[in-house]
Amino acid sequence: MSTVDATGGVAAKSSPAAEGHPVATPGQRERSFRIWRGTAEKGEFVEYTTEVSEGMVVLDAVHQIQAEQAGDLAVRWNCKAGKCGSCSAEINGKPRLMCMTRLSEVPDDQPATIAPMRAFPLVRDLVTDVSWNYEVNRRIPAFQPRKPDFEDGTWRMHQFEVDRPQEMRKCIECFLCQDVCHVLRSHGKYDGFIGPAFLVRAAAYELHPLDTADRATYLKDEGGIGYCNITKCCTEVCPEDITITDNAIIPLKERVVDRYYDPIGKLVQLIKRK
Amino acid sequence: MTDLDSIEQYAYDVLVIGAGGAGLRAAVEASACGARVGLVCKSLLGKAHTVMAEGGIAASLANVDERDGWRVHFADTMRGGQYLNSWRMAELHAKEAPERVRELEAWGALFDRTRDGRILQRNFGGHRYPRLAHVGDRTGLEMIRVLQDHGVHQGIDVHMECTVLELVKDGDRVAGAVAYERERGLFRVFSAGAIILATGGIGRAFKITSNSWEYTGDGHGLGYRAGAELIDMEFVQFHPTGMVWPPSVRGLLVTEGVRGEGGVLLNKEGRRFMFDDVPALYRDQTADSPEEGWRYTQGDREARRPPELLTRDHVARCIVREVREGRGSPHGGVFLDIAWINEHLSNSEEHIRRKLPSMYHQFMRLAEIDITKVPMEIGPTTHYAMGGIRVDPDSQMSGVPGLFAAGECAAGLHGANRLGGNSLSDLLVFGKRAGEYAARFANENGGTTIDGSEVRRSIDAALEPFSRDGDGTGAYQLQFELQEKMQNLAGIVRREEELEEALASIANLSERAQSVAVPGNREYNPGWHTALDLPNLLTAAEAVVRAGQARKESRGAHFRDDYPDKDPESGKFNLVVRRGSDGEMVLEERPIVPMPEALQQIIEEQQQ
Repeated sequence: MSTVDATGGVAAKSSPAAEGHPVATPGQRERSFRIWRGTAEKGEFVEYTTEVSEGMVVLDAVHQIQAEQAGDLAVRWNCKAGKCGSCSAEINGKPRLMCMTRLSEVPDDQPATIAPMRAFPLVRDLVTDVSWNYEVNRRIPAFQPRKPDFEDGTWRMHQFEVDRPQEMRKCIECFLCQDVCHVLRSHGKYDGFIGPAFLVRAAAYELHPLDTADRATYLKDEGGIGYCNITKCCTEVCPEDITITDNAIIPLKERVVDRYYDPIGKLVQLIKRK
Repeated sequence: MTDLDSIEQYAYDVLVIGAGGAGLRAAVEASACGARVGLVCKSLLGKAHTVMAEGGIAASLANVDERDGWRVHFADTMRGGQYLNSWRMAELHAKEAPERVRELEAWGALFDRTRDGRILQRNFGGHRYPRLAHVGDRTGLEMIRVLQDHGVHQGIDVHMECTVLELVKDGDRVAGAVAYERERGLFRVFSAGAIILATGGIGRAFKITSNSWEYTGDGHGLGYRAGAELIDMEFVQFHPTGMVWPPSVRGLLVTEGVRGEGGVLLNKEGRRFMFDDVPALYRDQTADSPEEGWRYTQGDREARRPPELLTRDHVARCIVREVREGRGSPHGGVFLDIAWINEHLSNSEEHIRRKLPSMYHQFMRLAEIDITKVPMEIGPTTHYAMGGIRVDPDSQMSGVPGLFAAGECAAGLHGANRLGGNSLSDLLVFGKRAGEYAARFANENGGTTIDGSEVRRSIDAALEPFSRDGDGTGAYQLQFELQEKMQNLAGIVRREEELEEALASIANLSERAQSVAVPGNREYNPGWHTALDLPNLLTAAEAVVRAGQARKESRGAHFRDDYPDKDPESGKFNLVVRRGSDGEMVLEERPIVPMPEALQQIIEEQQQ
């Protein structure tokens, strides 16, 4: 790429400014949004119009409306970079992170509809009560490492062993997969099913090379893994592109099936126990 | 008048305020020591700014280069901080970080691996050897999730979306806190034997920042009003690489890991300008040629690091210089190029996507830029406050008995400039220490009594904005104005007249903040929350400006256009900010305690 020039600096052969960079057009224009305002008891969509500029995401528009027109508009957000999973909402009916949805992806022929996640009780405006998820997480049998491999208390693991659980660890707890999952959203099985997000969490432990805990019974009974009929809606909405159904849920289902429904496996277990 | 009987009250041995890395680690430790622990956080659990930390945790595990050790890490940290650091904290940090990282692994963290199956470590600015334990570029997320999941199984009481308004004292000792929860806007009173502040930074005082809404200097303000001293407030770290385009993501962090993996900085002429200005302190450690720099990033132990991996303060200033002198990129930054490594690696695109997955994703989603093919446009962004509550290096207790601080809101470890990767290790090392000593303090000193009238006063003050007429400026506008002023007048390059102007603006804004009116009601009302955050933010901003005025030299992250050189005399003290008896902010030069012979010797050895 480069050579040292006479002054000790370095000059590149070609300017990087050239290709590939979109050139900003500072032009602003107005767009309208229908935002849910209110509580579970009483609420409605309210239309707001605000000036938008190139590159803006839905969360920017919501913030602008909040600062200029609706100071008490309730919305959760933190990192604004798709890393914390706070700003989940339904944009034109699709569960998405507001901070990662560019306005240019949202059709502008009509006002964009921004609604709170439907699978959780509404607190106010775009904020829902997601505390159920935290209760579920607390009940998943905790990580239990095997004894350290060496006297200094350390282990050895290889990258190929950690690749699979690392995919699960990408989860940012946005709960969009919970929101879209029909077992929760349509059938309300909050008592008998932990939802894709926590099947991902359980898979992270189950696939962890050091973990020794056994979660098969938990997954079958309290976890309600049997309720999932692998429609893959969760995988579609995951902003972290975790292959939830194929890489988390199906392997866990296989573990449960091997344990409880496989006659040969059962026989082996029976013999082993003796 | 508020009826106190109607308010939810909680009693703990240890109350932790803030649930990022430091707060969680402190809570875990205090709980392990047998204390009843309450953990209060402004957002949902697991959303704190620690999730944004990308690069890694600095710890001299010596897994990649066996020449590393705590001595080298200690010397690197002190050099990076321009010797204003608390040498005792730097020593403890360097010694204890490896154990804290191994402990995370025992709790389930899955770090990237070396070929022989140990924790992989990467290069980072100012660190002599590859030292950062990491998980791709989402190390902070892994760390917070591990601590969160470990903590929830320990029986820690978590109060999510709950913000502390004021600390309450019992005589000299801290006794409790008054808070409100966001959902219903109801107040909560906590009494505690000890309190740990772990509230993070002050990034919201600036316009271009990588920090979220939460970072309004809460711990700085709470501690200051309770009588704790703030120290090193003039040192605000501007991370050299934030996104600059599109405008809505300006300030969003681009990890230093990009440079650690071989990314280079170029101006619009394509010149690798970082070679033009290498500070004397680092000349012997810096590569002479791009070729040597590349070899360093690829693990050649004989090579020296490329100038892009100089400390953050220096890199940020070089970028500002390029932009000011007209050699910047189209949107007011410079170029950060990782795509160029295709000259060295045939599978470079796949390599970049694997090493820097969230950067790839972030630029693809938000800027429609494929970083495996074209350079990114970047510029400095407000990132981290080196300054904070002055604490005892060993126990993390402030000058107020029972009040502890850890993480970004505490100060001392980083001096004039923090090295990348030293924050996550700071959170772990001193979070643990704060938890341990706070539990011990609570145990030894017993319970506290809370004065109802103090509680009532802070609740009444918090409700005032609802009873005011709505014709004043709103809370959001005041925050925007402060951000604009701090960015322009107290940013990367400072001068006396501008700091004076900033101070006048802060005085004006503080007065107007007294009459902010809030529409709506108490239920999940961000306008109200923003209004309540203002006093802390203004206190933090004022401390930055006053300390910035008093330090008449350029050192680390503090650069004065009117005093562009380092002044040896100014290197002998830290600036302390405290609340005077009449409520005014008081500034004091505090001489640095001389370093013990043994540590001094390490620094001299490591200079070779």
